Amino acid sequence: MDFRKLPIRNLVRRPGRTATLVLLVLLLSFTMFGGALTLLSIRGGTKSLEGRLGADVIVVPSEMASKVNLDNVLLMGTTGSYYMKADILDQIRAVEGVEKASAQLFMASLRASCCSVAVQVIGFDPEEDFTVQPWITRSFKRGLGDMEVLVGSRVSTEVGGNIRIYEKDCRVAGRLESTGTQMDTAVYATIDTVRTLIKAAEDLGHDLKLPGDPSELVSAVYVKVSDGASADNAAGYINGHIRRTEAIRTKNMLTDVSDSMAGVSFVMTILIAAVWLLVFFLILIAFLMILRERKKEFASLRVLGASSGMLSSMVFRETAIISFTGGLAGIALACLIVFPFSALIEKMLDLPFLRPAAGTIAGLAVGTLVMCMITGIIASAWSAYKLGHVDVSMILREE
Amino acid sequence: MSLLELKDISKIYGELKALDNVSIHVDKGEWVAIMGPSGSGKSTMMNIIGCMDKPSKGQVFLDGVDISKESSRKLTEIRRDKIGLIFQQFHMVNYLTAVENIMVSQYYHSLPDEEEALEALGRVGLRDRAKHLPSQLSGGEQQRVCVARALINHPELILADEPTGNLDEANENIVLDLFRQLHREGTTLIVVTHDPEVAEAAQRTIVLEHGRVAREIINENFQE
Ligand SMILES: Nc1ncnc2c1ncn2[C@@H]1O[C@H](COP(=O)(O)OP(=O)(O)OP(=O)(O)O)[C@@H](O)[C@H]1O
Ligand SMILES: [Mg+2]
Repeated sequence: MDFRKLPIRNLVRRPGRTATLVLLVLLLSFTMFGGALTLLSIRGGTKSLEGRLGADVIVVPSEMASKVNLDNVLLMGTTGSYYMKADILDQIRAVEGVEKASAQLFMASLRASCCSVAVQVIGFDPEEDFTVQPWITRSFKRGLGDMEVLVGSRVSTEVGGNIRIYEKDCRVAGRLESTGTQMDTAVYATIDTVRTLIKAAEDLGHDLKLPGDPSELVSAVYVKVSDGASADNAAGYINGHIRRTEAIRTKNMLTDVSDSMAGVSFVMTILIAAVWLLVFFLILIAFLMILRERKKEFASLRVLGASSGMLSSMVFRETAIISFTGGLAGIALACLIVFPFSALIEKMLDLPFLRPAAGTIAGLAVGTLVMCMITGIIASAWSAYKLGHVDVSMILREE
Repeated sequence: MSLLELKDISKIYGELKALDNVSIHVDKGEWVAIMGPSGSGKSTMMNIIGCMDKPSKGQVFLDGVDISKESSRKLTEIRRDKIGLIFQQFHMVNYLTAVENIMVSQYYHSLPDEEEALEALGRVGLRDRAKHLPSQLSGGEQQRVCVARALINHPELILADEPTGNLDEANENIVLDLFRQLHREGTTLIVVTHDPEVAEAAQRTIVLEHGRVAREIINENFQE
């Protein structure tokens, strides 16, 4: 037999105790890994959101602003079909402090025979856009041609295939990386393409209640102010001087998001700390309890020539096996829950949720495992020391 | 030639002198019995000789080397290399089989060798019980496994504290026969006992009383 496997023999011989300890560590690793993963996903979602919201001010038609929850529209990427005159863009560009302004045009396809999928179509200006363009450039390098679309990560149509919108075929030129928002379910095209599609819809008899010819309409204008200029002033000016528009400061929205993120972070951190403490003390107590029962066994091994170091390391190896097994199981369980149900978690927390890169997840898993092992080893350190240094002379006086 | 020499050994627990200026010596190959009433210090002495405890005062020479001041790590090494121990309560590792209990001793000493461990079991007449756990062995059988375990690393000195205290007559005789064999092979034996019959098997008996050597008796009838 292999005596390096003595710790395993010990663990197998007491299945109840071993299972309890493994479950405790599982609880710890599940909370740590699951919690950290959720936090990182939210942080990732918010980060990508901040990047996309490179705009300081968003201008939308005023009737739009009063109708829907703008936070949702702009943060989660939900769009609607609302329109204003395209010349507003020039007026905005003329406002003092405005460095860049670019327009987007939205429309929606229908779940009907004219369209292969019901999606939001977002038209942007590849030359001027600074909100979605940087994100798009990451996965799609060349320019977007006429009647070409890019699909969000959750749109099922394959790259190279066609999407039919109001009986017009649009070629899918590429797929965009995931953002964790509803932008992932949308389709992106040039403003001109979207105008063609809007015309096609009208030709098919759909009344989109357009306030003018599609070629003269936009849905939203994204504004970046120059360094040193005040976004509040620019928004105020637009609200005061450009009719039938509503200018919204994006910072306020982001503050809301960071506030709720801070709240979730705080709760998570407290939860992880509480579980850690609980598990630490339970393991500590479990080992103190077995300290008494195992004194004799260790004294016997000591008498047979085992050194204190050998015995302490035997206890540590038992702990390491328990921590490793429990840690791994907890991580696996967290993966099984967090990944398939990320949409549900996103809904519950009402925050954008973007799964971190595989490398980050792997790092997180390793970190969690290490934490579990350290916790187990610290919690059993006292018992390991005591068992290693058990008083051998008592063995002759034991009854 | 002397294997073991205790020089003015005392072991003091608070007010109590468990051992009080004890001096004895044991020759290489000798078989010595230690007797005395309960509480007279026999186990205390065994602990010191067996490198499981240190004296409060005095010196212990094993193979000419003073071990009374050694660190517990060094004492562990000495015990591993030179001493085989047998206890009244057996002290087998209860989740290991008979043969594994012997192999643990080999493992901590050098390398486990199952063949050799089985041979040792054969020597105490228990080869067929090799795969039994302690709980599946009778007291006598457990003690015989412990004898096999004590001799497996060929120690110079075998220390036994009441080895027959929990055994019936038949098993006591088996154990004593094993001791006779070990003695013939040149192993030094120190056996603590309450049983005059066990003491009479030895060459010499040291009697302790109140932590002191009360007298020594040479066994005229000792048979090789
Ligand atoms: N750790 C200790 N602390 C205090 N007193 C102790 C300790 N160990 C032993 N003693 C005392 O030392 C004395 C000698 O004990 P020891 O175990 O050596 O006796 P013994 O001769 O082996 O007795 P027995 O025949 O009952 O086994 C006893 O009075 C005992 O109570
Ligand atoms: Mg005793």
